Amino acid sequence: MNRLERKDRLVRLTLLVVAFSAVSILAVITVFMFEQGTPVMFKYGLKNFLAGSDWYPSEKSFGLWPMIVGSIYVTFGAMVIGVPFGLACAIVLTEFSSKHVRRVIKPMIELLAGIPSVVYGFMGVVILVPFIRQTFGGPGLSVLAASIILGIMILPTIISISVDSIRAISPAYREGSIALGATKWQTVRMVVLPAARSGIIASIILGMGRAIGETMAVIMIAGNAVSVPRSILSPVRTLTSNIALEMGYAAGEHRQALFATGVILFIIIMVLNTVANVTSSRRNRVKG
Amino acid sequence: MSLDPRLSQRIAKTLLWAMTVLTVAVLVFIIFFILRKGLPALSLEFLTKNPVDMGKGGGIFSTVIGTIVLTALAILIATPLGVGTAIYLTEYTWENAVTRVIRFGAECLAGIPSIIFGLFGFILFVTKLGFGWSILSGGLTLAFMILPTIIRTSEEAIKSVPAAYRQVSFSLGGTKWQTVTRVVLPSALPGIVTGIILSVGRSIGETAAVIFTAGSALRLPTSLFSSTRTMAVHFYILAREGISMSRAYGTAAVLIIAIMAVNIATYCLMNKFIKKYS
Repeated sequence: MNRLERKDRLVRLTLLVVAFSAVSILAVITVFMFEQGTPVMFKYGLKNFLAGSDWYPSEKSFGLWPMIVGSIYVTFGAMVIGVPFGLACAIVLTEFSSKHVRRVIKPMIELLAGIPSVVYGFMGVVILVPFIRQTFGGPGLSVLAASIILGIMILPTIISISVDSIRAISPAYREGSIALGATKWQTVRMVVLPAARSGIIASIILGMGRAIGETMAVIMIAGNAVSVPRSILSPVRTLTSNIALEMGYAAGEHRQALFATGVILFIIIMVLNTVANVTSSRRNRVKG
Repeated sequence: MSLDPRLSQRIAKTLLWAMTVLTVAVLVFIIFFILRKGLPALSLEFLTKNPVDMGKGGGIFSTVIGTIVLTALAILIATPLGVGTAIYLTEYTWENAVTRVIRFGAECLAGIPSIIFGLFGFILFVTKLGFGWSILSGGLTLAFMILPTIIRTSEEAIKSVPAAYRQVSFSLGGTKWQTVTRVVLPSALPGIVTGIILSVGRSIGETAAVIFTAGSALRLPTSLFSSTRTMAVHFYILAREGISMSRAYGTAAVLIIAIMAVNIATYCLMNKFIKKYS
């Protein structure tokens, strides 16, 4: 074996080690989150943690139910806004626009993805929250405000992945439908969207993951009250806000309880990721 | 009920377009709003003077430096790991169980919310390893967060280099590594740089992962172990605690301009890259 071959083998080995960096980081994060978060969970009972509605860390009362419900509410609200608008943009970008229009809109959607979440939260504070307060009453800091801002924030995720999956379907499908005399819209509704279904579903699930995981924007506009919201105008605290609001001063079991909050969030995200991953890989397999 | 297909197409098209225009309008509104309110606060002084009195007075110089140093460190750590992973996935192996595990890991990492990275960075770097709230802790945490982006964009860039380039290199007796470093990487460079610039954008705007790892000190950092405050964190604190609205708008304007510059640079590079190979 000459020098060059030896070097090549060394390189291959190094790259293999490097290639496992992402997996190793994921593993380390998982281990640390569970190591920090689970002891306190089991000490006070998993049921109390998940279903308890009192969060008084100073009195060792760690009920996460209001935050779990809060996260579900704002995420659902974000989907109600983000999914129709996201799909509309994706359909326009792929089916109903010229190349020139696309060249203007696509980068703008990408820019939407680049705007920092604190800026979204700030826009919520100065525009949306006062608007909701004046129009519908209530504190303004609410499920509604958080849902609208999160709905906007997940648009780029939904749009870009849906566009990719719509582009990926074979042109023969479209041509067949058009040749049978269908209009463009009929083709979109009956051929294109069903064919791109799994990719679109994956985009929605990933958007959901983004909405559940978003922190700074939600803290600024959701009001953060620890109670199950009664209406969409009530303030709400999500799992993510719970962590970020109290992390600065928490110690001991209180800090561990925040990590427990992180563990629940982590599990939800991993389930969503896995589902999205499975859905989109099934699509690939079908296509061969 | 059956509507005339042409009529229903017109209705659908109008509705979809209206929704798209509204989406774009929201974006344009956000940018104009921030710039209109923020640009008056901007001046050379604002950019080159340190904050005074928790940000009530002075400029944002130390937070600009904090942002640059933290981002640079994150890129410096994540780029070799990300590009290395991409090279391994594209050049040194074929699709098998190992690559599936690597890809799945990267995808999951991409989906993890930044607050989790913040928690993790806090417990590992700030407390367990004893780095404290510091540039080092923040940079490492950010590096982990942007790694998936760099892996994915590099992989796509490397994949789009035509196979013929590699074959020519091999036929001239080049080894695998020579081919990778002298043929594949130079050709894929614009695509790789695009991914790096995208990651710069994410790092600049990040708050949740940074505030718990790099802290929020307003002093100019003196070493890797100094705590620092990024522009995004500074903006968050100014706005949330109502310290100074004009300075909050000013900081937001700088952030938005930086993000726009990053996006335009990405766009231009990407276009050049696509043109080259299609």
